[in-house]
Amino acid sequence: MAYTYEPIATQTLGSSSATVTFGSIPSTYTHLRIVTTYSFGSVNRIGVRFNSDSGTNYSNTWLTGSGSAAESFRETSMSYIFSQWSGVPVTNPSLTVFDIFNYGGSTNKTVLVSTSGDQNGSGRVERGVGLWRSTSAITSLTVNGVSQNFTSGSSFTLFGIKAA
Amino acid sequence: MAVTRAKDSSVNTGTKYISFLAGNPAFTLASFDSIATTVAAGGETSITLSAIPQTYVALQLRVLSKDSVNATGTDYVDLRFNADSGTNYAYHSLQGSGSAASASGSATQNTIRCYYGQTRGGATLANMFGASIIDIHDYASTTRNKTVRSFSGADTNGGGGIALNSGVWLNTAAVTSVTLLSGGSNTWAAGSRFELYGLVG
Repeated sequence: MAYTYEPIATQTLGSSSATVTFGSIPSTYTHLRIVTTYSFGSVNRIGVRFNSDSGTNYSNTWLTGSGSAAESFRETSMSYIFSQWSGVPVTNPSLTVFDIFNYGGSTNKTVLVSTSGDQNGSGRVERGVGLWRSTSAITSLTVNGVSQNFTSGSSFTLFGIKAA
Repeated sequence: MAVTRAKDSSVNTGTKYISFLAGNPAFTLASFDSIATTVAAGGETSITLSAIPQTYVALQLRVLSKDSVNATGTDYVDLRFNADSGTNYAYHSLQGSGSAASASGSATQNTIRCYYGQTRGGATLANMFGASIIDIHDYASTTRNKTVRSFSGADTNGGGGIALNSGVWLNTAAVTSVTLLSGGSNTWAAGSRFELYGLVG
């Protein structure tokens, strides 16, 4: 029996890794949520892909605060749904939440992204929206460190949310 | 007469369990309940979720929406409580258009607004919807006005925006219904989803 909001799977890295994949996602929920706390060796971007689609079928719009300025950015025809700035040294992991709406539906997939990271002198708060231009149901997803590995200890939990 | 012994031979299915659960999953008290879901058929000017139980500590709306107007771009989603259409609301917003960040505030309004909550209905935006997560804290209070926060956004691969919104309903009545209106007095497109959840205290 699926509860309204429940964890589907959790992965905590015992060693560094470039990707974390959740496969065979049950179709019994309405929305998915990925909650991650992670670090990279240096400034990098975290991204997510669906159903192994590595094509330029993703796009992103962000609102960011850097500690000195508020800015907004957009990227089109990308190969991930991104957070624009993400985790740094091991002692101060970043937090990113991806909210994936109606993942089993037959429309393109909208994702709300929240990222928070503070390094006691630098950091970023970001809110973003992403689009995967595919009407396929999501059956797997891969979280990527775009150009660097996630460090050991980084954790990733996939939740399912089921509407009435 | 007291039961003094049970024999396997007298049991039709001889499955032995060590746990009292006897193979059943453990019962877990729910902390996040789905209260109601409405999917628009298309053409509605508003969607109302009513008869909201007063037993939760907070409500959350998850909305996936677009309007029916044959246009490109995005639009906002408006909220009202308890069918109150008076100028008893106020809201603030921090927005990103994809090229610039901006902020705005409005007082004495007849709705709470969630900017960039939906896409328009033009053909080039087919199958693209905006999304909103709307939190209504302490909704059942009868002594405090109601505060709302929301996170909404729509991306159309070349357009769209993202917004953090806050709002207040200047009324101490408990919230018993929520009405969502399509921006600009337009109508909802078919497939727009409106889901109400309750957080258990």
